[in-house]
This record gives sequence, C-alpha cells and structure tokens, in this order.
Amino acid sequence: MNHVIAGALPAPRRLAHCARALSVAVPLVLPAVVMADGPGPRGGINVTAVSMFLVFVAVTLGITYWAARRTRTSQDFYAAGRSVTGFQNGLAIAGDFMSAASLLGVAGLIYMSGYDGLIYAIGGIAGWPVIMFLLAERLRNLGKYTFTDAVAIRLDAVPVRVLSACGTLVAVILYLIAQMVGAGKLVELLFGVPYEWAVVTVGILMITYVTFGGMIATTWVQIIKATLLLFGATVLSVLVLAHVDFSVEGLFQRAVDLHEKGLAIMRPGGLVSDPVSAISLGVALVFGTAGLPHVLMRFFTVPNAHEARRSVLFASGFIGYFYMLVFIIGFGAIALVTGKPEYFDPVTGQLLGGSNMAAIHLADAAAGDLFLGFISAVAFATILAVVSGLTLSGASAISHDIYVNVVCGGSAPEADIVRLSRIATLALGVVAVALGIAFEQQNVAYMVVLAFAVAASVNFPILFLSMYWRRLTTFGAVAGGSIGLATAVACMIFGPAVWVDTLGNERAIFPYKYPALFSMSATFISIFVFSMLDRRGAEDSARRFDAQLVRAHTGIGAEGAAEH
Amino acid sequence: MEVLYRHIASDPAFIALRRRRNRFNWILTVVALSIFFSYILTIAFWPEWLAVPLGDDTVITRGIPIGFGVILTSLGLIGLYVVTSHRIFDPAQRAIVERALTATGTVPDEPAGTGL
Repeated sequence: MNHVIAGALPAPRRLAHCARALSVAVPLVLPAVVMADGPGPRGGINVTAVSMFLVFVAVTLGITYWAARRTRTSQDFYAAGRSVTGFQNGLAIAGDFMSAASLLGVAGLIYMSGYDGLIYAIGGIAGWPVIMFLLAERLRNLGKYTFTDAVAIRLDAVPVRVLSACGTLVAVILYLIAQMVGAGKLVELLFGVPYEWAVVTVGILMITYVTFGGMIATTWVQIIKATLLLFGATVLSVLVLAHVDFSVEGLFQRAVDLHEKGLAIMRPGGLVSDPVSAISLGVALVFGTAGLPHVLMRFFTVPNAHEARRSVLFASGFIGYFYMLVFIIGFGAIALVTGKPEYFDPVTGQLLGGSNMAAIHLADAAAGDLFLGFISAVAFATILAVVSGLTLSGASAISHDIYVNVVCGGSAPEADIVRLSRIATLALGVVAVALGIAFEQQNVAYMVVLAFAVAASVNFPILFLSMYWRRLTTFGAVAGGSIGLATAVACMIFGPAVWVDTLGNERAIFPYKYPALFSMSATFISIFVFSMLDRRGAEDSARRFDAQLVRAHTGIGAEGAAEH
Repeated sequence: MEVLYRHIASDPAFIALRRRRNRFNWILTVVALSIFFSYILTIAFWPEWLAVPLGDDTVITRGIPIGFGVILTSLGLIGLYVVTSHRIFDPAQRAIVERALTATGTVPDEPAGTGL
C-alpha cells in the first residue's frame, strides 16, 4: 500500500490549481483514485462511481458555502435556526439512521444467512415507537440544543451535564471509529483508493461540512443522501423483482435453489441462539436507538413539538420502507449474484470484497456498470453524511454542555460559542481520522454494539426518568448513569468480543456478546436506589418537575424558531 | 409565565387531558414493545415454529410475513398515535391554553414554541 501513497504524492500539487475552485478535498480524492492500482470490486476504477461522487461532493460543498453565510448564532450552528420542517427533518433523521452498514451490512448478512438479516431490519425500526410515544415531543418542548438541556432543567446542571456529555462523547466516538474503519475499507474497495487516503478524505470533507455549515449544512447533506439512498434502493429492488417477473415467491424459490444452505435461509439461524443474548440485543436496538445523541439532537431543528411528531412519522416511514427494500436486495443478491464467476475470487471461491459487497455486485448484475457506479457513490455519500452528524453531536457536547454550561456557568458570548464549536469539530475530526487509521486491522463490530449499549444505559435512562419520574434526584441520576456506563464498558471488555477475540484469552469472564440488558438494568436499579436514599435533593427536584410539567405538555416557554 | 403555568397546572381539564394522553401513550408503548419482544423471544425459544412453510407448494415460511408484519405494525401504531394526537389531544390542549391565556391575560414569550 505504501508505494501507492508515495506514487500519489506529487499529483495533488499538479492538480491543485485545476481543482482549487471545487475544494481542498477534491484533489485528495482525485489523484489517489487515478493513481491507485488497488483492486476495485471488479479489479478496476469505476469512472461513473468517481464522477458521481465528485458531483455529490461539489453539490454538498456548494450547500456548505450557502449554509456558512447563514450560520451566525449558536442556534444556527446547533439547531439550523429551528427552521427545518417535519418532512425535511424526517428525511434527515432517516439519513442519520440509515448508515452504509444498514445497506451493505444487512444486505450482506442476508446474502450469507438469509432470514437472520430480517431480524436486524426489524431491530432497526423497533426503537421508533418508543421515541415517538415517550420522548420526541417532550424533548422538543424542554430542550434547547442537546438532550442534556432537557435533563438539566430539573436537576443540578453541572454534574448531570458532565455525565451526559461523557455518555454522548463515548457513544459518538465509538460509533465514529466504526464508521471510519468501515468507510476506509469500503472506499478502498469501491474506488481503489488506499485506506489512509479514504479515511483522510472522509475526515476533511466532514470537518468542512460541520465547521463551516453547522447543522444547516449537515441537515441538507443528510437530506440529499437519504433521498439518493432511498431512490437507489427502490430502483435496485424493482430491478430485482423485474428479473423474477415480479413474483416474490419466484425470488425466494430461486434464492433457495441457488444458496448452499438451501431452505435454511428461510428460517432463523444461529444469529441469536440463547434467550439472554436475544433479549439483550433487542434491548440494545430499542433503547439504544432511543438514546442516540445525534438522532435526539435533530428534534431541536424543528420549530415546535408538532413538527417533531411529524419528523418521527416520516423518519420511521422511510426507515421501515428502506429496511423492507434491503430485505429484497439481500435475497436478490442470492438469486442474481450466486453462480456468476465474475463476482467471485477464482482462487478462494469467495465473493469479491467479502459479503458486504453483495449489494454492490447485485447493482452490477441487475443493471450494469452505470448503476454500479451510482450505488457505490451513494454508499460513500452515506458514510460522509453519517460521520458529519455524529461529529456535530460530539462537538455540541463539548462546546454547549461542557464549555458554556459547566465552565462558563451558563452563558458565554455568541462569537466564543460558535468559535469553540468549530475548534471542537476540528479536534473530533482529527481524533476520528487518527483512531480510524489506528484501528484499521481491528474488527470494530463490537464498537457499534457498545455505542448502542452506552446510549441505552446512560443517555436513555437519564432522559426518560427526568421526564417521567418525579422522585428522580441529581445524585441518583449521576450515580446510576456512571454505574451503567462502567457496567457497559466492563461487560464489553470482559466479554467474548474483546477478552477473547481481541486480547486472545481462552474464556470470556462475562459470557454474553451484548451487554445492554445488564448495563441498562444496572442503571435503572441504581438510579432508583440512590434517588430514594437521597432525601436532600428530592424536594427540590420534585418541585422543578411539577414546574416543567406544563411546558413539557404544551410547549409554552419552549425554545422558539429564529427570527431570520 | 409563572402565573400561566400555575393556572394551566391547576385546570381540571388539563389534569384530565394529561392523564388520558399519558395512558394512551403508555398503552401504545407497551403494545409496540410486546410485539417486538414476542418476536425476538420466538426466535430465541421456538425458531422451528417460524420455519414452517405457509403451504405445500411454497418456500415462504411463517417467519417472512410475521417479520414484515412486525415492521408494518410498528409503523401502524406510530400512524395511530399521530392521528389520535392530531384529532383529539391537540384541539383539547389548544382550548385549555387559549382559555388560560384569556383568564390570566398573559401573552407567551414564544408563541412559535407552543406549536399551536
């Protein structure tokens, strides 16, 4: 790989003057793609994929430029001036949630083992009813920029903000590393770019979007990407169904005939074998989704609770629709890719690029080179948009929760806040790129599991109980949240994914792969116990709970939309 | 603002609406979570039940329509929540707030924030 990088080095200088009009990031992609001799999915550079991706980059940078001129206050930077509509926000939330892992990973899982992929698809939608019925509207009525604001209204701001900011940062950084490593691998394969170049390119583009365009740019990047992804997945599914004369039975029949596991792909397999793991995975998917900080943050971009409600309606509709398409795409990959020698390594007989590439190969098998290019570009755009959302959420925890509300005691000059947010974005971006490169050789799947476990064990219980339990105290929330965070991390380190697979020990001390059931229970139980023991804080907290009740229900006094 | 909050908080109509709405939201939450976890537990304990084909001449098993059913039911419950909130709870709440505004003679600082 090193000779590729060395060969590519002089090129940015040669090309720089041509590309200056576009951005600093484009020359980083361009020469690397042109010079690289690494294998694409089919051993070459896909010109369509590269040009479509460059168009996407050009358009999103244009939007960032436009958004930068409108981003003056911290309300613009964190909440897009609260002027996003429910429909737009629904698309953006769906975009945050539909990562490259959902398209390529779940389709690849279905390609490998059939029915088990459907369990993940269903898990993807399961958290949304909870967000809708219990969280979204109250959160919008009570909060300002981050979910922590809603908690800090009735509890003592400083300790509770420090804890929530830690929960947010741990979840965001773990998720970010997993996305970065996935991005590097994927872009390396799709575009033939060396891994480090891919990670650096993603890093530079994401820092550019977030630093200059804030939430306005991040939202629009997400909306464009979600639209492209839904469009691409729809076309791909229709093409798959056209191949089997629009007979679902025909699609499944063909998949069963061709797959080496035969009829076994039509039933649950070994993905979740013991009941404890099954419930724990379910808990992580439902309550982790309901505690994802970058998703919760989006409810503050709409003008009021009514639009927050519409956001969830549209978001869950898009997500449900998308996962149903992914199911068709996965089975389509079995039916149309299996047995075609051009997609398999002649020596090992494995699918080129691994099972994650099933959907990409399917695009080629179903519609040819042009569509393959389109789907590849959409996959790259997907990663970019998701990491941007995550970075913005992490930056808001650092600048809004920690700097403004803990260090400065609640207020700071506008210019300082926006400047510090930009510095925090830059720092997070650099950390993400560095960790992405450092973890290249690691299997990072457990990081996503841990990110969901932390969201389910710290963010969700604190937010939920602060809105629904009158007796909750600051001491209880902070003690319980810390215990939950520690439990989640400890279960993961001593569990099979790290203790056995990464550290090479023989037997795991904690036997289950998914810690969420245990860590979330630990949080709820300890919050309950410590709140009941804490007589001093109880009265004050209950008084403030009653005071916030009218606001939580009616939205009177909630943070309104920007004037401009 | 404080006066307005206190007025609404002590309004029997608001207390009744709050109870009704909370009960409705909790029922929907329990239904949605029961459906999801029943599905997950079926996979864990009785995977072979989901593996039974729908008929003699098909490869489609019970698991396929049930899986899609879980997704569609979740979306259906979300739809039911939106329609009910919109048709029943929103107008009731609007009436309560408007009555309180007249009674206390206050103007909310942020009318945009109420979503009314």
